[in-house]
Amino acid sequence: MTAPLLEVTDLGVSFPHAGGRHRVVAGISYALAPGRTLGVVGESGCGKSVTALALVGLVPAPGHVEGSIRFDGRELVGQSHAAWRALRGADIAMVFQEPMTALNPVMTIGRQIAESLVLHRDGMGWREGEREAVGLLEAVGINAPRDRARAYPHQLSGGMRQRAVIAMALACGPRLLVADEPTTALDVTIQAQILDLLQDLQDRTGMAIQFISHNLAVVSAIAHDIIVMYAGRIVERAPVEALFAHPLHPYTQGLIATLPDPDHRVARLPVIPGSVPDLDTGGGCRFADRCPRADAACRIAEPALVEMAPGHLVACFKAGA
Amino acid sequence: MSAAAELVALDRISVQFDLGGGGFLGGRRRVLRAAQDVSFSIAEGETLGLVGESGSGKSTLGNVVAGLQPPSAGTLRFRGRAMDAATWREARRSIQIVFQDPFGALDPRMPVSDIIAEPLRIRCIGSTAGRRARAAELVEQVGLPRDALNRYPHEFSGGQRQRIAIARALAPAPALIVADEPLSALDVSIQSQILNLMKDLQEAHGLAFLFITHDLAVVNHLVDRVAVLYLGRLVELAPRAELFARPSHPYTQALLASVPRIGVRRHRRPAISGEMPSPLAPPPGCVFHPRCPKAQDACRHDVPALAPAPGRPAQLAACHFKD
Amino acid sequence: MARFILRRILQAAFVLLVMSFVIYSLIGLMPGDPIDIMIASNPGATPELAAALRKIYGLDQPLLSRYGHWLWAAVQGDFGYSRLHSAPVLAVLAPALWQTCKLMLISFTAAVLLAFALGIVAALRPGGPVDALISLFAFAGISVPVFWLALMMILVFAVDLHWFPASGIATVGDGSIRDYARHMVMPVITLALAQTGGFTRFVRASMIESLRSDHVRTARAKGAGEGRVVLVHAFRTALIPVVTVMALNFGSLFGGALLTETMFAQPGMGKMIYDSILGNDYNLALTGLLFATLVTLLSNLLADIAYGWLDPRITLA
Repeated sequence: MTAPLLEVTDLGVSFPHAGGRHRVVAGISYALAPGRTLGVVGESGCGKSVTALALVGLVPAPGHVEGSIRFDGRELVGQSHAAWRALRGADIAMVFQEPMTALNPVMTIGRQIAESLVLHRDGMGWREGEREAVGLLEAVGINAPRDRARAYPHQLSGGMRQRAVIAMALACGPRLLVADEPTTALDVTIQAQILDLLQDLQDRTGMAIQFISHNLAVVSAIAHDIIVMYAGRIVERAPVEALFAHPLHPYTQGLIATLPDPDHRVARLPVIPGSVPDLDTGGGCRFADRCPRADAACRIAEPALVEMAPGHLVACFKAGA
Repeated sequence: MSAAAELVALDRISVQFDLGGGGFLGGRRRVLRAAQDVSFSIAEGETLGLVGESGSGKSTLGNVVAGLQPPSAGTLRFRGRAMDAATWREARRSIQIVFQDPFGALDPRMPVSDIIAEPLRIRCIGSTAGRRARAAELVEQVGLPRDALNRYPHEFSGGQRQRIAIARALAPAPALIVADEPLSALDVSIQSQILNLMKDLQEAHGLAFLFITHDLAVVNHLVDRVAVLYLGRLVELAPRAELFARPSHPYTQALLASVPRIGVRRHRRPAISGEMPSPLAPPPGCVFHPRCPKAQDACRHDVPALAPAPGRPAQLAACHFKD
Repeated sequence: MARFILRRILQAAFVLLVMSFVIYSLIGLMPGDPIDIMIASNPGATPELAAALRKIYGLDQPLLSRYGHWLWAAVQGDFGYSRLHSAPVLAVLAPALWQTCKLMLISFTAAVLLAFALGIVAALRPGGPVDALISLFAFAGISVPVFWLALMMILVFAVDLHWFPASGIATVGDGSIRDYARHMVMPVITLALAQTGGFTRFVRASMIESLRSDHVRTARAKGAGEGRVVLVHAFRTALIPVVTVMALNFGSLFGGALLTETMFAQPGMGKMIYDSILGNDYNLALTGLLFATLVTLLSNLLADIAYGWLDPRITLA
């Protein structure tokens, strides 16, 4: 096992709310090694995106980050703005969901890619940067890269735009790529192409990928390990095979069961009743209200992540049952 | 299924949008072909899945069926009668639509009871008290608490709002509901709730559905037949089981292969390369030929007609080399 | 692009033509009649003389044929003679137009620059104390009427402090640039302040939206510094709607300019059109109003061109 590139310990993010602080995520711990892909799955509001933003120091203004993020042995939480700027886009790069809005509409593709290079590489000028951008566009599988570099985002198709966003993220050879729902806005046939591209790039560069999605099936296609998040907590963490072979948390089991399977028809889809709680509900397991196995104990204390099998952790009192 | 009477039929429907240009000093005329020569029918009580990627024209066709978009060519029939301005007035009540975005589709200043009763109020059906009673009945049918009636849309989650939208569509007791991507704005765990609700309603009321979606996995759980659209053309029309067991058109095959599956590590190399061309300039011949692994010369010139797949009379595909 | 501009110019010409007819007809409806005014000072005038004068001036003709005559002359560059000034209309109009355009351009530029600076600063921390202060200033600018502001400026800076002259465009006998500039200061500030409040609100709103947009987040994720994020990424996109509104507003600046000129007794278009209407100087009023229309049309055209230039998504065709 290689030494982890990224080590997150007890990460929490909180925002001021009604006089107190509302913890959007708490107790997030995991490690990610070079060349590996970590999938983060959860529904909207589970805190997966804010966790990603914490990794690049972009948690929006009144938000407060606590805990520890160690990248390559260096502590990131609490580092200066200048240190964050030097790191972002260079060693840790990010790809966002919506390729149309993630690109600057009034700047050519080539210039936007060149910007990463100009910002981070000493002595790199715009002209040279734009020349290198053409090569990067070619590397992410864009035809006629010279013409595309001169184009504006609206002149490219959705899939090509996301390739351009990836080229931009890869410009400085990052060691960690954080991809937040990178295929959600794309059609399935294009989604397959982008997933393929990310895997190819990982094979070539050995970068680590943190891949965030609401879709368990998409994550299962690309990740080595998976974290399932619910209402700001990690509820289960496991290698991908183990997670699908033996899902331990009732929420994970529910997610897997409710996802329609294209190959088998069932008369009625199983459902997870209710919906995600809005805010901190006080003590107890946050899934208790929707959980078929919950009892009084679940509503008193919050379960901790416990290792049930090698590498397979779950936060549930009833997981053994 | 085939015994059931035809409810709605599209006969060679085309829709094009004139994007301006042409005329005095205007430059090149630009026409967007959203749908070309599409024919299919929906029987009473049937659920037809209309599947396609963005830009395939599926929503445009949904709007045609719901009477929100007049076709540029072709005829729409409802219970055997060709639709025009006069017949629409009568049929409109029988065809309702549910939209993708449950946040934008409900008037934020109206209480839920008014939202649900509105289709009745517009047509002056029933008394005020009668309409309120109907709204109360519908709220329960779609699985919302009774006290939802006096609340406003912003007090509800996305899934609950979609239930309200469905209740509104049900109000005038329609024969067909056009559901345009009703699940895509919802969380995964909520999607299955709404999907089951639609199934229940269909069984309870004998409703027909035109279910428009980009998600083949969902289609398999709800529909009786599937229509696959690509760049405004109907490329395959088949009973659900046949289509999933043995897709005939290369595009359907690629679409099915691209659906991510739980626990199945993807085989590398995507099913098809490239992207859908612009509907402003659809390719000649078969619209799929630039991306098709089977494309031959004929595909570049001749538009293939929708015809039965070999040995499967119910499964129609528009391909010169269909499986 | 050239085709677009050509088409817009043809459209503008058509609008101008329609406007000329509308204004021509409206002026004909004005109470009073130039012949009545002429003969009013002549006690010996008979109705026959009035009729003869009417014939000489062509006022006995129907409206349409009079308009036709005027139009034919106008396209040949002859806008007629000003009755009040006893000089060709264009000779009277040109200096007034130049004076007004100078006032408009300088105060517009000042208003825009100030609005950019204030709007951007306010958008950086919406809801903060600086934003509150700027919003207060902007609302004051929007709500204070031009004439009141002009009066206050005159009271404070001319009457009490004697910093600037209260009226006119130059001191007689002093031809220096400095003197001209001193006379321009208060009108420019008055007109600029009247515009800048609205502009600031607009720049602020547009910048707040732009700073929240995804591509600004992308720029931050690339490691761009805050200065670059705000000025290059956010400002460029925020500029698109702002410029459109500002350019469209340029036309409405005319109204403000007319008021300002009146308050500071400057000989511009405002005073000229006002006097010509009161004095039933048909030709001058008509031409003056047409030039005002032309300025508005030109500013709209410039707005469209600026829009296409700033936003590559817009193709002007």
